Amino acid sequence: MAFEIPKIAYTGKVRKIVLGKGPKAVTVGGEESYPFHLFEGAMPHVPRIAIEVYDSEPEEWADAAIEPYKDVLKDPVAWAKKAVDVYKADMICLQLASTDPNAQNSPPEQAAQTAKKVASAVDVPVIVYGSANQEKDAEVMRKVAEVCDGMSLILGPVQDQNFKQIGAAAIGYGHTVSANTPIDINLAKQLNVLLGNLGVQDEKLIIDPTTGGLGYGIEYCYSVSERIRIAAVSQQDERLQFPIINNLAKEVWKTKEAKTGDTDLMGKGAKRGIIMEAITAFLLALAGADVLIMRHPEAIGIVREMISDLTT
Amino acid sequence: MALTGIQIFKLLPKTNCKECGQPTCLAFAMNLAAGKAELSRCPYVSDEARALLSEASAPPIRPVTMGTGDNKVTVGGETVMFRHEKTFVNKPAVAVLISDTMAEDDVSGRIKRYNSLRYEWIGLLLRAEMIAIKNESNDAAKFEALVKRVMGETDAIPILISENIDALKAALVVSAERVPLIYAATEKNYEAMAGLAKEFKCPLTAKADGLAKLSELTDKIVALDVKDIIADSGARGVRRAFEDMTFLRRAALIQKNRSLGFSPITFPCEMTDNPLKETLIASMFIAKYAGIVVLSDFQGESLFPLLVERLNIYTDPQRPMMMKEGIYPIGNPTEDSPVAITTNFALTYFIVSGEIEASRVPTWLLVMETEGLSVLTAWAAGKFVGDAMGIFIKKSGITDKIKHRKIIIPGYVASVSGDLEEELGPDWEVKIGPREAAHLAAFLKMETAG
Repeated sequence: MAFEIPKIAYTGKVRKIVLGKGPKAVTVGGEESYPFHLFEGAMPHVPRIAIEVYDSEPEEWADAAIEPYKDVLKDPVAWAKKAVDVYKADMICLQLASTDPNAQNSPPEQAAQTAKKVASAVDVPVIVYGSANQEKDAEVMRKVAEVCDGMSLILGPVQDQNFKQIGAAAIGYGHTVSANTPIDINLAKQLNVLLGNLGVQDEKLIIDPTTGGLGYGIEYCYSVSERIRIAAVSQQDERLQFPIINNLAKEVWKTKEAKTGDTDLMGKGAKRGIIMEAITAFLLALAGADVLIMRHPEAIGIVREMISDLTT
Repeated sequence: MALTGIQIFKLLPKTNCKECGQPTCLAFAMNLAAGKAELSRCPYVSDEARALLSEASAPPIRPVTMGTGDNKVTVGGETVMFRHEKTFVNKPAVAVLISDTMAEDDVSGRIKRYNSLRYEWIGLLLRAEMIAIKNESNDAAKFEALVKRVMGETDAIPILISENIDALKAALVVSAERVPLIYAATEKNYEAMAGLAKEFKCPLTAKADGLAKLSELTDKIVALDVKDIIADSGARGVRRAFEDMTFLRRAALIQKNRSLGFSPITFPCEMTDNPLKETLIASMFIAKYAGIVVLSDFQGESLFPLLVERLNIYTDPQRPMMMKEGIYPIGNPTEDSPVAITTNFALTYFIVSGEIEASRVPTWLLVMETEGLSVLTAWAAGKFVGDAMGIFIKKSGITDKIKHRKIIIPGYVASVSGDLEEELGPDWEVKIGPREAAHLAAFLKMETAG
């Protein structure tokens, strides 16, 4: 039988969302096809990389992950600048790990000041993520939103128990929300509906479908992203036509496989974590991610190269 | 060209005898069309209809089996574009490339790594299955010697790469017992190659420049009665290879194009000189439709993640990965170490055991069989409840390993503690742990402090 290119026609389109503001604002979304299916539909904005910055010095990181940031680990502002200037981050993701009630439980005001300093120090968009403790995040993010009024941050993870507080603060102070649900397409859609009802504009919303690292649930995340993208471009599911963000680096690097040193079977410890981060990020990009929150410059470099190879 | 259920129905006896296990011939026909039934289940189908149907009811992507004994792989046989639609069934085989012009150290290192890089992961063995042997010297004797060596020193399924018919024949004589893959028939040599495939009963790769030419080539090979075919569209650039993978799968599944209903072999080893990039390209092929992935070398730090990825992508989305019920010691626990209990959903186990490990508090983790459900789901399903947990704890043998009688349960099932205490009896104390695994480390440190 003769060969004919088997193209499919799409009926929907992911919304274009502008993150941040000014000359370094980043536009994501706009896809009119499955990821990297450029032969049959547009993908005007390729997946972009946000580099993680922590508000307090990380504990128990793998040596490979510390190395690129060893001179800035205690200073989130210097860290963010290095991520932008040296490692060419498209965006920064400030992880407010110290606010976790089970960690240092640092107060909202302190977190908000850190966010403001970081956001003032760089010209790229800044994503600010809480500790995923819903109660605490509600307080922390409201404060961050207020103190960083007009700085066009992306606030997350916004979840079912705190979407009203964070959503309202985001509306009030002009920020974007990252709507986070536990690897479930229906819950993702529902939270988007609720945020819409609350008054969050469609231009101010992205989906965080929750991320598991390679070997630790990546298959669920991979499939939920594929389903969200299919719903957006093939099933005209208007409440799922938003870009996808994956907070992946911390999931990869906390596993024992990424932290273990050299072994006969598992090879070089210094490379293994990087490879695991790169594969996780690239798989998520293939599944539909628009923003990848990453850590290691080498992993970032190779993921960018793969994205470029697939789109040029 | 595949037939629809109705077309198949017309060829069946229409007696609704139920002997096939289906209530009606129509239901049987529908299942045949969906690839969910075997025609051989119908005892009354006419020979003429059988001939027509066995052709039409064949899977859209031909399953091809290579290897023998314990190391046997089947590739192809896939029925969906996206894993959530059903599942991906036959994992791509992973191969390492050696050449008969390589230095001895390079060959022996690869053979050694092929043999040794095997991983135990949630009770499964992760390993590579194939060695691609390239006849770069074009010398038949050298090629044969190397193939013989691979046969003697490994259990690998060979991929025999040569354009030299005599060299391939010599290699096949010494390796045919293992059902190797011949690489590759092209427009120029397909008749001789098909002859070898028939003589030695081995699958044959069809290689052409692009899918249009590939479909012409496979038609010619099939006409020579060689049906076990592996496809190579020749693409060695990332974007074109990605597109060809998608086109090939769609041509087979959506267009029902039999000429392209073959599982593809991919060569990340030929697409870059950068080992990291090669790994990423391989990861793309594992997710997107490869049947065989040939790597230039194996190193633990890259092979292990790729094998884990392969397992993850090919996990059946309807059936969760499960751990074996039992006692899992984490960090060399002693008779005074705490005991915690959780369910046997692999992901739950991973997260809980990871957090315990990170806490550096040696702990006994009891993993209870809950049909792979997570804590809350298992509790809601009545499988992770007080009396069942109590019975499991008592028969698990944990009491032989500990002096104390304290058990930590997940915070989400705090409500079962009463029933559990009742089942276990007055010797035991039930402690309610945190709801989230992330808070386990802090909890365990508090528990064991002072």
